Amino acid sequence: MTLLTALLIIGSLALIFGAILGYSAIKFKVEADPLVEQIDALLPQTQCGQCGYPGCKPYAQAIADGDEINKCPPGGESTIKHLADLMGVEVKPLDGDHGVEDVKKVAYIREDECIGCTKCIQACPVDAIIGASKQMHTVIIDECTGCDLCVAPCPVDCIDMIPVKTTPQNWQWDLAKGVGDIPIKQVES
Amino acid sequence: MIDAAQVISQLQQGQMFDFPGGVHPPQQKSLANSTPIAQVAEPKHLYIPVKQQIGSQGNVCVQVGDYVAKGQPLTHSNHPFSVPVHASTSGTVVAIAPHPSAHASGLPELTIEIATDGLAKWQLMPLLTDYMQLDKMQLLERICQAGISGMGGAGFPTHIKTNTHKPVECLIINGIECEPYISSDDRIMREHAWQIKQGIDILRHIVEPKHVIIAVEDNKPEAFDAMRTACLEDNGYLVVSLPTKYPAGGERQLIQVLTGAEVPDNGLPIDIGCLMYNVGTCFAIAEAVLHGKPLVERVVTLTGKALNKPQNVWALLGTPVQHLLTHAGYDSTQQKQHKVIMGGPMMGFTVHNEQVPVVKMTNCLLVPERNELPEIEDERPCIRCGLCADACPAGLLPQQLLWYSKAKEYDKAQEYNLDACIECGACAYVCPSEIPLVQYYRQAKSDIRNAAIEKDKSEKARERFETRQARLLADKQAREEKHRLAAEARKKSMENKGSDAKDKIAAALARAKAKRAAAAKTDTDTTQSTPDVSSHNSPSTDSDN
Repeated sequence: MTLLTALLIIGSLALIFGAILGYSAIKFKVEADPLVEQIDALLPQTQCGQCGYPGCKPYAQAIADGDEINKCPPGGESTIKHLADLMGVEVKPLDGDHGVEDVKKVAYIREDECIGCTKCIQACPVDAIIGASKQMHTVIIDECTGCDLCVAPCPVDCIDMIPVKTTPQNWQWDLAKGVGDIPIKQVES
Repeated sequence: MIDAAQVISQLQQGQMFDFPGGVHPPQQKSLANSTPIAQVAEPKHLYIPVKQQIGSQGNVCVQVGDYVAKGQPLTHSNHPFSVPVHASTSGTVVAIAPHPSAHASGLPELTIEIATDGLAKWQLMPLLTDYMQLDKMQLLERICQAGISGMGGAGFPTHIKTNTHKPVECLIINGIECEPYISSDDRIMREHAWQIKQGIDILRHIVEPKHVIIAVEDNKPEAFDAMRTACLEDNGYLVVSLPTKYPAGGERQLIQVLTGAEVPDNGLPIDIGCLMYNVGTCFAIAEAVLHGKPLVERVVTLTGKALNKPQNVWALLGTPVQHLLTHAGYDSTQQKQHKVIMGGPMMGFTVHNEQVPVVKMTNCLLVPERNELPEIEDERPCIRCGLCADACPAGLLPQQLLWYSKAKEYDKAQEYNLDACIECGACAYVCPSEIPLVQYYRQAKSDIRNAAIEKDKSEKARERFETRQARLLADKQAREEKHRLAAEARKKSMENKGSDAKDKIAAALARAKAKRAAAAKTDTDTTQSTPDVSSHNSPSTDSDN
C-alpha cells in the first residue's frame, strides 16, 4: 500500500512538473539562439569572410554549432580570449590558415584611376563605398571595416588597403620607449 | 548635495577635511616664483593648433596669405563642445598644415602658422562692462567666443561647465597649484588678484552660487594675501589657506578637503553642488568680458636648473618651446641629454620637438639639469609593500590595478575602478621598486577607450551589414514579386478575355490566312498575266514560254 501511495505521489508530481515545463516551453519560447547573438556581439563585424563563412553572423552560428573559435584574424587575440570566456573553452592561437592579425587598415580608391564600374560597391558588405555607374567611387573611411573584399573585384586595381593613421586621439602610450611619463624621485636639494 | 552655509561656517572655524593619501614631494617653486611675470619678445612664427581643448575642433576660417589681427578668430564651429582659437598676434597666415602637437605623442596636428609682423594690432570684441545687466546666455556666448577652456590642465570648455541648470551651492576657485616647480597661478594671483576677482564676479553673476570659496595652498602666502585683500569687501567670498599636500589641487580632492563630501565616481562636482574654476580661467574670463580680449596668451612657468633665468612669462599661444627656452637662458651644457618637460614633473610629458607650441593648457616648461630628476631606472618586481595604496588620493588599490593592467585584464581593472584614477603619479612617486605605475594605467585606459571605440564601430558595421542584407533581400523579393505579378497579369488577361483573345487569335490567323491566300492569288495572277503583257511587248520571249 505504502509503495503504491509513494508511486502515485511521485507519478502525479512528475506529471504536474512535466505539464508546467511543457507549458512554459511553449509560452516562453525563445525564438533565436541567444548564444549566437552573444558570439556575434564579440566578433569584430568586419564581414570579411576570412573565417570561411559569409559574414560574422554565420561564423557566430558556426561557433555555436561547435566550430573552432580561432578563425577570425581581424579580431585577433582579444576576440579569441573573449570567445573562449564565453564558450568555456581553452584559448587557442589564431589559425594561420585564415590569415594573420594585421594592423587595422581601410580601403582607399585612387580616384583618377577609377572607371566607375560599381563592382566594389556591390562587394562592400557595409555599404561604405559611394558612387554610381561611370562616376568616380570613393570610400567612407569612417564606415570602412578594412575587410579587403573590394580589392579583388576591381578590374583596374585602383584600390589600396592603407593602415589607419595614428592620431593623438587613438595613440597608445608606449612603455618600451618610456614616452611621456616622468614620475619623479627628486633628489633633495 | 552639500550645504554652503554649513561648509562656510566650518571653514571659518578653521575646520577642514582631508583626502586619503597624498605625498609631499620637494616644492622647488622658489626657482621661478620670485620675479614678476615677464613679457617675451614676439616670436617670428607662431604655431596655433586648431584644437587646443577637449571636445571637437572647429573649421578653419582663414586662408594662407590672409592678414590676421591680434585676437581675430581663426576657427569657427557650431558644435557646442568646440571653442574657437584666435590669432595670438597680428601677422600673415603662411601655412595651414600638420605640425608637431603639444601632446605626449608629439604627433602632428592641424596647425595654423602665422608670420608675425611685430605690430600686435588688436581686433577687440565689444566690451561688456555692464555685464550685470546682460543675459547669462550672452555672457556664456562671450566666454565661448573668447576661446576659453579650463586653464588648470584639463582644458574642458568653460562655457559648457558654466551652463548648468543645477543649483550651485559653492563656487570654488582653485589657486592650489600643488605640483612641484609650477608657479604660474601663484604669480598671476600675486599680480592680478583684482582682475581674478572681477572674473569671479562675472562667474558669480552667471551661476549664482550661495557662496564663493577661493582656495590657496599655504606655501603661497603672498598669493593668499593678495586674494584676501582683493576679496576683503565682499561678504560672499571666503579665501582659505590649505595645508600643502600633493595632489590637493585635483578637483575632487579639493572639494573633499573643503566640504568633506566626495564627488560620485561617475558624477561631476555639480552633482553635489560644486563648481570649480582655475584662477587663470577667471583672469581670462575678465579679459574677455571687460576688456574684449579673447584668450591669446597665458602665464607659463619656465623653470628647472638648466635655465639660467627661470621665471614666469606671458607667452602668446602658439609660441614655440624653443623661443621660450632661449628667452629663459637655456644652457644645454647643464643637461646630459636634452630633455624638456611640458607640464609639471608629476603629470607632464617630455617634449620631442622644440617647435612644439604653447597651448591653452600649457602651464609649465621644466628643463631639469643633470641629476635634478632621477634617471628612469629599470623597474623591479613589486614587493607588495602597499605604499602606493597609502599614497593614492582616490582611495584605489594601485597594486591590483597594476596586475590587471599589465595582464590586460581590463574588465577586472575596471572593477577596481581604474576610471577613477586621476593619474597624479603619487603611487609611482612612492614606489620603492621604481615601477612606473601611471604609465601602465594610462596604457590600460587608452586600450579600454580604443576598445570601446572599436566596439561602437563594429556595432555600427553590424547594423550597416544587416541593413544591407535586408535591403538586398527586399530588392530580390521585390523583383521576384514584380515578375510574378507581371506573369499573373498576363495570365489573368488571357483568362479574363479568354474567348475574346481566342477570337483575336483566330481572327489574326484568319487574317494571316487570307493575306497568304490573297498573296498567293496575286502571285498566280501575276504569273498568268506577265506572259500576256510580255507576249504583246516582246515577241522574242514567246519562244521561252
